[in-house]
Amino acid sequence: MKKREAVIVGVADVPLQNGKVTESLSVLQVQARAARDALKDAGLSMGDVDGLLTAGMWGVPGPGQLPTLTLAEYFGITPRYMDATNIGGSAFEAFVAHAATAIEAGRCDVALITYGSTQKSEKSRNLAGRPSVLTMQYETPWGMPTPVGGYAMAAKRHMHEYGTTSTHLAEIAVATRKWAQRNPAATMRDPLTIDDVFASPMISDPLHLLDACLVTDGGGAIVMTTAEHARALGRPPVYVRGYGESNTHWTMSGMPDLARLTAAEIAGREAFRMAGIGHDAIDVAQIYDSFTITVLLTLEALGFCKRGEGGAFVSGQRTAPGGAFPLNTSGGGLSCCHPGMLGIFLLIEAVRQLRGECGERQVQNARTALVHGTGGTLSSGATCILSRS
Amino acid sequence: MYEKPLPVIDPESQPYWDALKQHRLLLKHCRACERFHHYPRELCPHCHSDDLEWKQAAGTGRIYTYTVARRPAGPAFKPDAPYVVALVELDEGPRMMTNIVTTDVESVRIDQRVTVQFDDVTPEVTLPKFTVSPV
Repeated sequence: MKKREAVIVGVADVPLQNGKVTESLSVLQVQARAARDALKDAGLSMGDVDGLLTAGMWGVPGPGQLPTLTLAEYFGITPRYMDATNIGGSAFEAFVAHAATAIEAGRCDVALITYGSTQKSEKSRNLAGRPSVLTMQYETPWGMPTPVGGYAMAAKRHMHEYGTTSTHLAEIAVATRKWAQRNPAATMRDPLTIDDVFASPMISDPLHLLDACLVTDGGGAIVMTTAEHARALGRPPVYVRGYGESNTHWTMSGMPDLARLTAAEIAGREAFRMAGIGHDAIDVAQIYDSFTITVLLTLEALGFCKRGEGGAFVSGQRTAPGGAFPLNTSGGGLSCCHPGMLGIFLLIEAVRQLRGECGERQVQNARTALVHGTGGTLSSGATCILSRS
Repeated sequence: MYEKPLPVIDPESQPYWDALKQHRLLLKHCRACERFHHYPRELCPHCHSDDLEWKQAAGTGRIYTYTVARRPAGPAFKPDAPYVVALVELDEGPRMMTNIVTTDVESVRIDQRVTVQFDDVTPEVTLPKFTVSPV
């Protein structure tokens, strides 16, 4: 038996109204509030934190170039373990893995993971490509709407190889909206049909506006410590049973196979092997939904269905409330929130499901959850398998 | 005045962009594993050898995948929308990001044969783009 076992003991996110933080806040304030609330949830205080893990898109160029240094100073802490590995929106699933490793090795006792974004309030997003330097000089000059064009090209290729349809993709958007309707904190809660998805403007063929995630603000935090410490605090621990991560590319011409999420295959295989469980043991899944196609590709890559069968897997509202495969129960990035990097919010929802705190959207008897983050443009993948016992 | 993003040419990419100005498309070729790659690198991404050379590509290939950009990648591309952004798989093997130049964006399909054409967008920069080859 392991001497030290890492657990998640606190989570929090900041409330949003119409996708924006409810009062005007800086991106540092957003993270401070999320951290304060997650530590309170854990029964801990900022002074207990000796590990800090963060990634973001704020303050660049500037203090955001060294985000752990900036946040440690801002929080008034002196961590002995730090990680600012930026692999995109999947960074937070990787952070849970890295923090678990650090805690179990005795590198830190209380790890704080944070994320914050005020992109909606700042109106800072558009479809322009990345600066045309180094590897991006071979991509940006041709005007791919970024990032949607990369996902659109993956969807086109998947449709070509496997006969996947726009209806399959719309099934995911509709099912996710049904979960959002059960989540009072979700941004988009109006009823949605497959025809509504088709009626929304085509952005980048074959993806419609409603195949794409929201653009919102957001802030979240996660606190991890040892199982022993959690017991002493009297808080319900969520165990980290398995994890894995990988990456294949960032420019689209470097993606090995646009109809296949290789990084997720590697990450998922490692996570399942470490957890020592099969797919049937997963009661609820939180899978990065930057776009509908992201979910379909990830379901195949993680082995919930065979390659090419993602369309059939999600048909008939199978991932909606009451369906056989509860997926993205907060309403996900498509309907709840998507503040640039979604990964931390998937983890927060998984923890709340495992603790039975989800009210109307609670998955009955949720004991084991899978969380998978995707970063870059279908580039990196990181999987965590969490359980309440 | 060309307002779209231009490549920021660096010492590694200079030969690639210089050749394009002369309407030649270059690829890096590995003498160790005999495979081509794009974009050009210092080490072969397939076998990691440093025994590399430039070779001229035939300029032909097929559409591996594409999208029709209905919303432009920023204001500079707005007059072009809708336009086709594609990954072309060259006959030598590597894929490259490009545009399919066409008056009918709806006619573009995966697996269509394409041929390079050179778009001299500024005196310094020529972008390789592709047109669908006559059947």
